[in-house]
Amino acid sequence: MRPQDTVRPQDTVALAAATPQRPQPHAELGLTAAEYARIREILGRRPTDAELAIYSVMWSEHCSYKSSRAHLRQFAEKAPPTEALLAGIGHNAGVVDIGQGYAVTFKIESHNHPSYVEPFQGAATGVGGIVRDILAMGARPVAVMDALRFGPADAPDTRRVLPGVVGGISFYGNCLGLPNIGGELAFDPCYAGNPLVNALCVGVMRHEDLKQAIAEGPGNKVVLFGSTTGPDGIGGASVLASASFGGAGEGAKRPSVQVGDPFMEKLLVECCLELYAAHLVVGIQDLGAAGVSCATTELAAGGGVGMRVSLDAVPLRDAALGPAEILMSESQERMMAIVEPAGVARFLEICARWDVPATVIGEVTGTGRLEMTWRGEQIVDIPPGSAADEGPVYDRSTQRPANQDALAADDPAALPRPASGPGLRAGLLALLASPDAADKAWVTEQYDSYVRGDTVLAAPQDAGLVRIDEQTGLGIALATDGNGRYALLDPYAGAQLALAEAYRNVAATGARPLAVTNCMNFGSPEDPAVMWQFAAAVRGLADACAALGVPVTGGNVSFYNQTGGAAIHPTPVVGVLGVHDDVRQRLSIGFREAGASVLLLGRSAAEFGGSLWASVAHGHLGGRPPAVDLDAEQRLAAVFAAGAAGGLLAAAHDLSDGGLAIALAECCLAGRAGCTITLPGDPFTSLFSESAARAVVAVQPSCEEAFARLCADCGVPATALGTTGGTHLTVTGGFSISLDELAAAHRGTLPAIFG
Amino acid sequence: MTARVGVVTFPGSLDDKDAARAVRRAGGEAVPLWHGDRDLRGVDAVILPGGFSYGDYLRCGAIARFAPVMTELVPAARAGLPVLGICNGFQILCEAHLLPGALTRNSGLRFISKEVRLRIENIRTPWTSQFTAGREISAVLKSGEGAYMAGPATLSDLGARGQVVARYAGPNPNGSAADIAGICNEAGNVVGLMPHPEHAIDMLTGPSADGLGFFTSILLAAARA
Repeated sequence: MRPQDTVRPQDTVALAAATPQRPQPHAELGLTAAEYARIREILGRRPTDAELAIYSVMWSEHCSYKSSRAHLRQFAEKAPPTEALLAGIGHNAGVVDIGQGYAVTFKIESHNHPSYVEPFQGAATGVGGIVRDILAMGARPVAVMDALRFGPADAPDTRRVLPGVVGGISFYGNCLGLPNIGGELAFDPCYAGNPLVNALCVGVMRHEDLKQAIAEGPGNKVVLFGSTTGPDGIGGASVLASASFGGAGEGAKRPSVQVGDPFMEKLLVECCLELYAAHLVVGIQDLGAAGVSCATTELAAGGGVGMRVSLDAVPLRDAALGPAEILMSESQERMMAIVEPAGVARFLEICARWDVPATVIGEVTGTGRLEMTWRGEQIVDIPPGSAADEGPVYDRSTQRPANQDALAADDPAALPRPASGPGLRAGLLALLASPDAADKAWVTEQYDSYVRGDTVLAAPQDAGLVRIDEQTGLGIALATDGNGRYALLDPYAGAQLALAEAYRNVAATGARPLAVTNCMNFGSPEDPAVMWQFAAAVRGLADACAALGVPVTGGNVSFYNQTGGAAIHPTPVVGVLGVHDDVRQRLSIGFREAGASVLLLGRSAAEFGGSLWASVAHGHLGGRPPAVDLDAEQRLAAVFAAGAAGGLLAAAHDLSDGGLAIALAECCLAGRAGCTITLPGDPFTSLFSESAARAVVAVQPSCEEAFARLCADCGVPATALGTTGGTHLTVTGGFSISLDELAAAHRGTLPAIFG
Repeated sequence: MTARVGVVTFPGSLDDKDAARAVRRAGGEAVPLWHGDRDLRGVDAVILPGGFSYGDYLRCGAIARFAPVMTELVPAARAGLPVLGICNGFQILCEAHLLPGALTRNSGLRFISKEVRLRIENIRTPWTSQFTAGREISAVLKSGEGAYMAGPATLSDLGARGQVVARYAGPNPNGSAADIAGICNEAGNVVGLMPHPEHAIDMLTGPSADGLGFFTSILLAAARA
């Protein structure tokens, strides 16, 4: 929306009251007729252009969660009782007590739509945005992760989108100095027109450093600091992330993508931490989607106060911007703080030391109204809560998809499967070379995982592990997981399996899972079939979190991941945070020494619905996903925790996509030692089933008995498979593959496609 | 008395904490130096750490070269103060003309972050005395513009005068001329290194503890001075 102020007088509150019938472009801004009418009702008059801009972005799907809010309540309602949560849902990010006076805040957020339109900047600013969320809680950001999903690896457009996305994450994260400790990379035709770029950040603080997005104390100053405000990203949240792709107007979305400056963000991080340490910040909010609109309304609403802002004071990089554009701009690397008058001079001094521009643009008032002026006239006068908290809530209709039963009935048991040694061998190599299971070094070697010097585990390990305290060895583990194939077959179980896998991955390092963040990637909420998937996935995740005793602390919903009528697979991506009491006792996946006993933990069944094998070998997707057994997941986690603390294990690796076959290959390649094993049952099922709650471990020599007792005590079935050593992965009576051949299959795929 | 090693923080420095940790781990005292201060605080040696000083805008290291702290550092280095530039620090030393040549875009045009093998070729510098000549070590390379380039005459001089401190021992990762990973000035007190020794100080967080040798070397040099 280009402002009309060049062609007609500035729209003011007075003018709005005097010209109630003036037509306004609410539909172009994504507001329905009913929503527009509601705004008029709240204000008792038509909104000004500037007010309309505020409501349009704040009531967008992206900012208001209007379609999801009714469902997301379950995360709080079903949350297991825990004393670990210092701040929960509703804040910029949840905050978890990890002991020794430390608190951790973490969150995952989508940047799907911008990353398709402009992959490099879209992904880069996704990192920047989530880092500011963490910073706004008072924490020092210490690591990032990314969960990425693209169309087929060899599709021409994937070769445009993937290198751009990876390059953008690399550029922004590396320049910011945050280690990238892992994540996911998956491919499926359903993501061809709607890639998923979910960025996670984790930060650490002392308990007493927790900050809130609350404006308090009439007379306190409102300071905008960081980058100047420009015309980039105007309406990014409302126009871009809250509508489907396709049809006319796609070109018009291009300028909606934001442009990132990681150098400014690095300065902003250090500057904020120094401001916090000097106790100069009463309340703080980052500027992300909806920019100044969001920060002002949320700060004022959060504190139950009013705020007076002069938009003329906002430093611009384009002097031609009008007030509506300033309010909607999503220029990156900006923060807004509430500062006591006596602290302003010192605040500005610290900003200057870090070369961070900072400007007082207003003050907190006792009126309960958000008032803004422009060129001496009042252009905004609204109750801030009406924009920030009281947006529309929709109970969208749900309808079980018509093909759901047919999907479930299409059982992969009927698919031809290899039985001979050579057939199984070829099957393993084909899976290992498939883009989903292939080595991701082409991507992860573009990310700095070493900076800050506290990264203990990073990709391709099961989870990232970061040391928090050098003296005590306290650390945090993080993993993200999701499986759109499982979730399509059964969204309720699919969401639970995503949680179970992330939980298992964190536990497999020896850490204790504590809390959950999630990014719900779905199609259009206006499609009842998509809404049915969404409702089932949220219910599944909430129920599983309750069963595992890990609360959801925050997250993000991304709807409208669809092009025309075709939605992506429902893709709940779940991040689990765990605490590690001593990172020196961490478990990693590599078989390093010869002579260690290799054991399979957990129970295996013939479960191939949604499996990597069915997908790669037959392009098949049908049947039922693996059974969920959360009790078994908890018992397995207990074995990892005690096994790590007791020094019983030489390696541990969870089983997921591709089952035991892929897990063993990864253990051998990571630690550069082979193994010789005997399969416990039907060879095909033993190798490729994706039954949940399983792992493969290598036991330290002389610890076999103690470990067997541990498994028995925890009620975890342990099956001896063989021993580590040699230069081959050998299945007795089946086949043998040299590590060189495994490595060639595993490592060749992505470089062959992406150069 | 413990040696005092200054670590400069420019806007955009990232591995300054890591360099300081490595100094402490080797037994020295790490002294923070601020880019805006014309003061070296009487340190025995200085490290210019890795990162993206000034966002790498204009050219890597080109703006940092003009920082106030450099007006003190450049003459001190010319007078013999030991200086180690790591990654972005190496780029700054080249821009400041304390070292010859330049660091250019990796041949693969992508950022590289991985473990690399290095061969230490010059053990006469104050930063490498604790190694044995020809020793292979493991460290971390993480850079987008890490390919060392210089004219043929300079490259030939560097080789002839023993100014190549380290070369890549494995496959050349970034297209560096003559596999060069690090060089020194003629006097040997100023060393630039593209890979990061401060990220190889223990097996918990790095690929090896080999990198500690650079830091124990400088402590020994300071003790002898």
